[in-house]
Amino acid sequence: MNITDDLIQYIGELSRLELSEEEKEGAKKDLTDILNYMDKLNELDTTGVKEMTHPFDEVNRFRNLDPINEDQRDAMLQNAPGSKGDYFKVFKTVEQEEQ
Amino acid sequence: MEIRELTALEIGDKIKKMEIGCREVAREYLDAIRNEGQELNAYITVMEKEALSQADAVQKRLDQGEELSPLAGVPIAVKDNMCTKGTKTTAGSKMLSNFIPPYDATVIERLYGAGAVIIGKTNLDEYAMGGSTETSYYGPTRNPWDLEKVPGGSSGGSAAAVAARLVPYALGSDTGGSVRQPCSFCNLTGIKPTYGSVSRYGLMAYGSSLDQIGTMGKDVRDAAAALSVISGYDPKDSTSIIKKSFDFTKSFDNDHFGGKLTGLKIGVPSNYFGIGISDEVKSTVLNAAKTFRELGATIEEFEMSAVEYAVPAYYIIACAEASSNLSRYDGIKYGYRSEKAKDLMEIFLQSRSEGFGKEAKRRIMLGSFVLSSGYFDAYYKKALQVRGLIKNSFDVAFTNYDMILSPVSPTTAYKIGEQIEDPLAMYMADIYTVSVNLSGLPAVALPCGFDSEGMPVGMQLIGKAFSEEVLVKAAYVYQNNTEYHKQSPVKGGQGK
Repeated sequence: MNITDDLIQYIGELSRLELSEEEKEGAKKDLTDILNYMDKLNELDTTGVKEMTHPFDEVNRFRNLDPINEDQRDAMLQNAPGSKGDYFKVFKTVEQEEQ
Repeated sequence: MEIRELTALEIGDKIKKMEIGCREVAREYLDAIRNEGQELNAYITVMEKEALSQADAVQKRLDQGEELSPLAGVPIAVKDNMCTKGTKTTAGSKMLSNFIPPYDATVIERLYGAGAVIIGKTNLDEYAMGGSTETSYYGPTRNPWDLEKVPGGSSGGSAAAVAARLVPYALGSDTGGSVRQPCSFCNLTGIKPTYGSVSRYGLMAYGSSLDQIGTMGKDVRDAAAALSVISGYDPKDSTSIIKKSFDFTKSFDNDHFGGKLTGLKIGVPSNYFGIGISDEVKSTVLNAAKTFRELGATIEEFEMSAVEYAVPAYYIIACAEASSNLSRYDGIKYGYRSEKAKDLMEIFLQSRSEGFGKEAKRRIMLGSFVLSSGYFDAYYKKALQVRGLIKNSFDVAFTNYDMILSPVSPTTAYKIGEQIEDPLAMYMADIYTVSVNLSGLPAVALPCGFDSEGMPVGMQLIGKAFSEEVLVKAAYVYQNNTEYHKQSPVKGGQGK
């Protein structure tokens, strides 16, 4: 596996990370080394082996939609890097149409 | 000093017998943290005010005759990736340097219910990603046995704090060895319980199918006592499996089994002792196997399959889950937001780029890559299949043995800065621990000797799912017959 400039750019986008040139070079080398090591798994024949996503064969359990935590809006908003009134504050995401 | 050399249960006993007060004990540790703890950097947050008022509250409950756990009034430290209501919880990241959880993790609720006094939040590798506590935004923690060396990780702050007697016992979390390896580096006993025994509600997620909260103490009795408090069913965690909390009463009942391990079959995987392991770790762990034989257990060497595939499979799966879990940090609802951002996408990109450290970014990128279209089957799907093979190799071993004895780490603690620039070398050092998480199994790590530089060597006992009781019993008998776990770096322990 060889990580090219284009691929590292793409991985950065998938990861929602903006990488400096120096970070890109470092990541290219590290990821190449690590992925080459991971290719070791190809030595194993896994034909027909079931994928194990979880330690035990448990079935997901759903619980009733009963509120457990009390109203914590103020405590939650205190952790927000930007808030206004009772809301999280972000940049405008929808452009206004010209009149 | 006398109090601080006692185990958590011994302190709890003194509190119960009114020989010492809860506040006095808390004060003793808070003073020790202030006077002796600066250099170690074991704590990110010391909860002085909260601990003292909690100590008073517990004292009141005890004075009123309330029946509390044997650990009531005893201070505990908690790894800083478990949410504590009203107290900053950082996960060792710049991203969460101002995060104040609006709720308690289930383990925290359980600790308070049992009368524990939480004294502080301990340092860790950022988001528990690392094996040395060097990736923390808050600086590295030092090993009390040698300040130039790492305490292990990612629960390195908890390990250093207990080892330096800055708290009697602590909680850590173990995704790929993060409770066991720091215990091994700092001469402590730790339990990584079966997946599904301890609620993950309020534990900041790293690899959700691998993460499990564990306990760390000076001996197995303390680690087990803490595990009985925090384990048990929790409807808030949909992967919670056990119905009841663990009860280790029988594990410690000497009369019950005559203090011997007669009839116990222990397997020792010979291929765990091959390339990469230091000679001293190898001979020390094999020597421990001899001790188990003298205590009545049957020891047999066997060949474990798929050993060398555990690390690559683990890092693919753990990073995939991490990249997904860490996508929640968007600079909107909580956590760090870059001031440079000029639109919504820039909030995401720049907050994450400035808020995450190098190792977290590396794992997010690896995870995003192995999950991406075109590479998913070759890496992620393949790793999940190999995970099945690894679990199978344990199933086969457990048809012959009650438990497996193995090293925890191929080496003892290394120097700070020595490995941090070589991520692959650090990943490969997790060879003995990660397969336990991949398979969801329980393991107890405990001290078994020292190397020529006086650094602790640990071993682990790995058992079938939910076989904690028998693992604890074996560790207890071993510790009743050895002195390694009693050595302390504070008193100038062995080799100092």
